Amino acid sequence: MKQASIATAWLGGCSGCHMSFLDMDEWLFELADVADIVYSPIADVKEFPSDVDATLVEGAVANEDNLELALEIRAKSRLVLSFGDCAVSGNVTAMRNPLGDPQQILQNVYVEAPDRDGLIPNAPGIVPPLLPQVRPLHKVIRVDAFLPGCPPPADRIQAALEALLEGALPPNRGEAIRWG
Amino acid sequence: MRDTRPTVNISFDGVDYEGYVGESVLECARRNGVTIPSLCFLEGLSVWGGCRICVVEVAEGHRLRPACATQVTPDMEIKIETPRLRAYRKSVLELLFAEGNHVCAVCVSNGKCELQDMAVFSGMDHVRYDYQAPRREVDASHPKYVFDPNRCILCTRCVRVCDEIEGAHVWDISYRGEHAELITEMNRPWGDSLSCTWCGKCVAVCPTGSLAYEGRSIGEMEHDPVMIKRLAVARSRGEWLDPEGAI
Repeated sequence: MKQASIATAWLGGCSGCHMSFLDMDEWLFELADVADIVYSPIADVKEFPSDVDATLVEGAVANEDNLELALEIRAKSRLVLSFGDCAVSGNVTAMRNPLGDPQQILQNVYVEAPDRDGLIPNAPGIVPPLLPQVRPLHKVIRVDAFLPGCPPPADRIQAALEALLEGALPPNRGEAIRWG
Repeated sequence: MRDTRPTVNISFDGVDYEGYVGESVLECARRNGVTIPSLCFLEGLSVWGGCRICVVEVAEGHRLRPACATQVTPDMEIKIETPRLRAYRKSVLELLFAEGNHVCAVCVSNGKCELQDMAVFSGMDHVRYDYQAPRREVDASHPKYVFDPNRCILCTRCVRVCDEIEGAHVWDISYRGEHAELITEMNRPWGDSLSCTWCGKCVAVCPTGSLAYEGRSIGEMEHDPVMIKRLAVARSRGEWLDPEGAI
């Protein structure tokens, strides 16, 4: 039987959700028995593969690279999950939104803040331009299920994956959807 | 003490209960151990009816009414758990989250927040509306407390407790509609307030992390809204009055 294929991706977030993913500890071995992790920041895969059964997306859509990857994930995944509060709501990543124009924010942080060298990072093709507003994942692509939490606790991620492996959507009632 | 008020027969979701004439649907439900979720309501304070979390269906005409501001009437058939009401409650919560800047992960009340708990209760796993991301300045001018308007849901508990229990009326709502915001005195910094008595009742009743003790970090702020009921009950019984009448 073909193994289930699962991907995880990291957009505008702190990677804390992936740390929590690793916190599933020995259950990761059981996961590896029944599923292939075909793309992930913790696996050395350069291109997002086609025909992924489910992709867990950490982070909000904050820059052009995030946007491009989000669209590619949607096109190549049967199920997309917002993985953690940043993907679900924007969360900390979106705290810049009330401040408005990202160029002004970069100016404040890199030029006007006293302990910096006074230069806004500029490396076309390497440092992606910021989008005007940080957006939750479901405002950019269709999302099939939500896994809130900052980060979602390991047992919540495990319960979600166990549901997915049985062909169901993750639990979305009670403490399974607690934010923060 | 036996309650001698006249009674009426009512029902919650098809189960019969006895209500007292003059009591609200919410009071009646709580007294009978029936859950109606609420947010702006607080026992001991006047009724505001602003948050719309406690809306119920009253069978005739299926009109929605806030349980906190609706009195029980004879043979009232009240519905609490219907698909329509669950959908409305969730929408109300999503609108509250979309309106301010509620970032649970970095909030002083994370894990101890009535708004966060209500989101869990209502099944809010994401917000369908566009976040408004308003720009609001934190007022940290008070020596003991901090006011963060980003986390304010305009429930007016602080306004009511300061006016009705403490008698200082430091807080009020200014502006209208989406611009409505909480202000201290005549929209001056809280720390400059001449009327604030530093009693902390506003902080005690805040359902979110909007009002907190100075210096609290993430998840460290515990509120004490039940304190107001204790105060109101004790006051109504005259518990602090000198029995000899000297004070």
